[in-house]
Amino acid sequence: MNAPIKNKLLKGETGEWEIVIGMEVHAQVLSQSKLFSGASTTFGADPNSNVSFIDAGFPGMLPVINAKCVEQAVRTGLGLKAKINLRSIFDRKNYFFPDLPQGYQISQYKDPIVGEGEVLIDLKDGESIKVGIERLHLEQDAGKSLHDQHPDNSFVDLNRSGIALMEIVTKPHMRTSEEAAAFLKKLRAIVRYLGTCDGNMDEGSMRADINVSVCRVGGYDKFRADGSFKHLGTRCEIKNVNSMRFIAQAVEYEARRQIEVIEAGGTIAQETRRYDSKVGETRSMRSKEEAHDYRYFPDPDLLPLEFEQSWVDAIAKTLPELPDEKKARFVQSGLSAYDASVLVAERELADYYEELAKGVDAKAAANWLNNEILGRLNRDGLSITDVPVSAHANNAIIQMISDKTISGKIAKDLLDIVWTEGGDPRTVVEARGMKQVTDTGAIDAAIEAVIAANPDKVEEVKAKPKLAAWFVGQVMKQTGGKANPAAVNAALKTRLNLPDEG
Amino acid sequence: MSDLISMTLAEARDAIRAKTISSRELTGAFVSAIEKARPLNAFITEAGEQALAMADAADKRIASGQVGALEGLPLAIKDLFCTKGVRTTAASKILGNFVPPYESTVTQNLWDAGAVMLGKTNLDEFAMGSSNETSAFGTVINPWRAKNSNVNLVPGGSSGGSSAAVAADLCLAATGTDTGGSIRQPAAVTGRVGLKPTYGRCSRFGIVAFASSLDQAGPMTKTVKDAAIMLKSMASVDAKDSTSVDIEVPDYEKLLEGGIKGLKVGIPREYRIDGAPAEIDALWTKGAEWLKAQGAQIVEVSLPHTKYALPTYYIVAPAEASANLARYDGVRFGYRAEGVRDITDLYEKSRGQGFGAEVQRRILIGTYVLSAGYYDAYYSRAQKLRTLIKRDFEQAFEKCDVLLTPTTPGPAFGVGAKTSDPLEMYLQDVFTVTVNLAGLPGISVPAGLSENGLPLGLQLIGKAFDEATLLRAAQAVETAADFKHSPAKWWSV
Repeated sequence: MNAPIKNKLLKGETGEWEIVIGMEVHAQVLSQSKLFSGASTTFGADPNSNVSFIDAGFPGMLPVINAKCVEQAVRTGLGLKAKINLRSIFDRKNYFFPDLPQGYQISQYKDPIVGEGEVLIDLKDGESIKVGIERLHLEQDAGKSLHDQHPDNSFVDLNRSGIALMEIVTKPHMRTSEEAAAFLKKLRAIVRYLGTCDGNMDEGSMRADINVSVCRVGGYDKFRADGSFKHLGTRCEIKNVNSMRFIAQAVEYEARRQIEVIEAGGTIAQETRRYDSKVGETRSMRSKEEAHDYRYFPDPDLLPLEFEQSWVDAIAKTLPELPDEKKARFVQSGLSAYDASVLVAERELADYYEELAKGVDAKAAANWLNNEILGRLNRDGLSITDVPVSAHANNAIIQMISDKTISGKIAKDLLDIVWTEGGDPRTVVEARGMKQVTDTGAIDAAIEAVIAANPDKVEEVKAKPKLAAWFVGQVMKQTGGKANPAAVNAALKTRLNLPDEG
Repeated sequence: MSDLISMTLAEARDAIRAKTISSRELTGAFVSAIEKARPLNAFITEAGEQALAMADAADKRIASGQVGALEGLPLAIKDLFCTKGVRTTAASKILGNFVPPYESTVTQNLWDAGAVMLGKTNLDEFAMGSSNETSAFGTVINPWRAKNSNVNLVPGGSSGGSSAAVAADLCLAATGTDTGGSIRQPAAVTGRVGLKPTYGRCSRFGIVAFASSLDQAGPMTKTVKDAAIMLKSMASVDAKDSTSVDIEVPDYEKLLEGGIKGLKVGIPREYRIDGAPAEIDALWTKGAEWLKAQGAQIVEVSLPHTKYALPTYYIVAPAEASANLARYDGVRFGYRAEGVRDITDLYEKSRGQGFGAEVQRRILIGTYVLSAGYYDAYYSRAQKLRTLIKRDFEQAFEKCDVLLTPTTPGPAFGVGAKTSDPLEMYLQDVFTVTVNLAGLPGISVPAGLSENGLPLGLQLIGKAFDEATLLRAAQAVETAADFKHSPAKWWSV
């Protein structure tokens, strides 16, 4: 549970405050066509090229539900461990806006397709918390108004009009900006695993409205105990935050702003605010009094959405292993909880890791991935999907390390070679003579050469056995790094007559 | 020529099949009749040239042996149906010169059956009205006049252009739409047949929406048989309309045969309203006797929530309309006001200038009843009442097969007689709205003349998707009534 631990509090002038955060996430459904029309959903098409007469609100046009979008919503609901409602209702949400051609958005109001569920999030300090999901409903996206195309006129692009969105509403179960960002990251991972949303925040496929309130210490626990919102402060909604970084900044700013207002003797007015990322502030958009009266009512053009439990069960059978289950499996195979949670955060990364770890030590594979592969990707500004060396090839490198064909150091050089030049690691090792030397004769010869060249050091090491490491380094150098370090160590000990603990 | 245009749809069909007339001849006769009848203002758009081209195409198909169910038969289309390439106005200024790039499913079905389009008929703006006086294209004049009178009467509404066109022999048949009585009431006051099918029987795709849960397309014809023929072609399940229903469309014409022996006809006692003219009551009684004489059994039934139907309708229909008409905003198509300051000004001026008074009134009512704080008191309660009204019918149909009622509280009235009092106008629908609220099929059949020589109709109401029984009962009334009257063609002299 979410105990009010010290590091979740914000200190004000008059004492400490708790932050309470809830979120409404709009996730664009991955589908070929729109929620109620056959128009394409391809991103980046020419303005108004993906528009049917339905999307443009022409007279006499009627919406027809896209079964694929319904399936995707159910899939997402199952991934959120949520209640799937076998009967849901589409409503009209009425308001005038130039990019809303029908003059109403078809949404779900009282009877959403998905009910309560939960998302588990892992925090950096090892804490895990459950964020309750209130509901998920399907709705149409609006078009886009363009104000920078003409000095006097605005233009409207309806490509997005009618695209299916899932609005996912959480309970107010987040307490810090870190938790809010972690939740969105986890939700993004889940929908990407499920293939129900691509999670591209910069293309607007995922956008979050964040509700923030502050209360005195203890208020949140009282709210969790009896469910009454009276224990919480008045919330403000920050609209359309579209990056993980901005979420943390916006929450932080807004919580501080509210505390300042209250501590100065003011009250928080329920309102909708906008986060300006350039100045790092939230600003009022409209007050509760200015809020629209959306006049929701059931859309008479659409029948109630009804399906059978057996259909839901069939979808459940096709669900992939989700991050939580994958993480548990990784931990069982020997990874730390932290390593496992990093690996499962992106499905592509987890998939790469699984291929990489086949038949080798899990921890060794995870370390290789974290230190070598991700390090190089980071350096080159690439993502896991662009990695130039396949998981299979890297798996061969790890195998060569573990069966002592090559040393760990040589392995890194080998990776650098195949990273830039390509090629099969085993062939490269053979061709370039990178195999580790375990032949004691060759090692002994190298030791003799080092001793001969450094008689003073031989005396020193006898007094200070720790200097043996210097000899190991020299011998390695002598053998071009190919000598097996353990064999060198053992041979040196014998030759220099060093004690075992050296 | 006048012989051609006074034929029924069935007669014309048979004549065309027998090749005694061509579609071109028939269509030509209607095109010239329409020109002569312009004083009636029944058409918003005449499509004479296109009609003749369609007729020629039909004649070609006939010559090659391809004969559709309505091959070569000229029809009039209510200007609420979108017709590809032909201006569609909904009788509103706000649609401007809107020319749909698509065809409604119902009209497409008709053209697929070989029918010819003569033009688009006038109506109340967005089908909101009972007298065709709210049209932005002017009032339609009823071809009928009272005995010894030259006073212009209304043709009913909202399908008043269609009812006038059928009554004045300006087409073989017409399409209408019926949200609260808009097919049956105008048919009744023009002495013709009007059928509102079960909700979901005909696709609503491509019909300019008024109230989506109530709107239904149907035929307006000279005879019951013609209605059966038309419905067969108009009806279809449609993937483009989620509320259309996948139930086989039977051969209604064939199912007209067999008589009504043993048919149970319910008389709902709540339809006897105070202040209704005695002649309406008398006609109703006569109707029951006609059916009884043909072997039907008359049973009294109760529809206890009838008195709530009109208020329920005037909450539900405007609520849906307020949303349906939000798309007419001056942004993408239709009328756009000039000289506006900003987007709000554009909305307000375009809609303020583009919509007529009755449409604005209903948008305001609809917006009000859906507003926060009023939703529960109005919309929500209206939905509950609608369920009760539906249940009334279900219970009544446990005791009978069809119901018999008057169609309207009286005959056609004078132009302007009821325009100053919207509530009195709304009363025109008192016998018809219940059927829309329950989603049932209803038909009006001409049954006699009023004291002053104007047509009166009787309404039959059927079980959902049992149009076949409904039509058979309607034909029994038609046969007994033997209504052979037609208006004098005063406009073409």
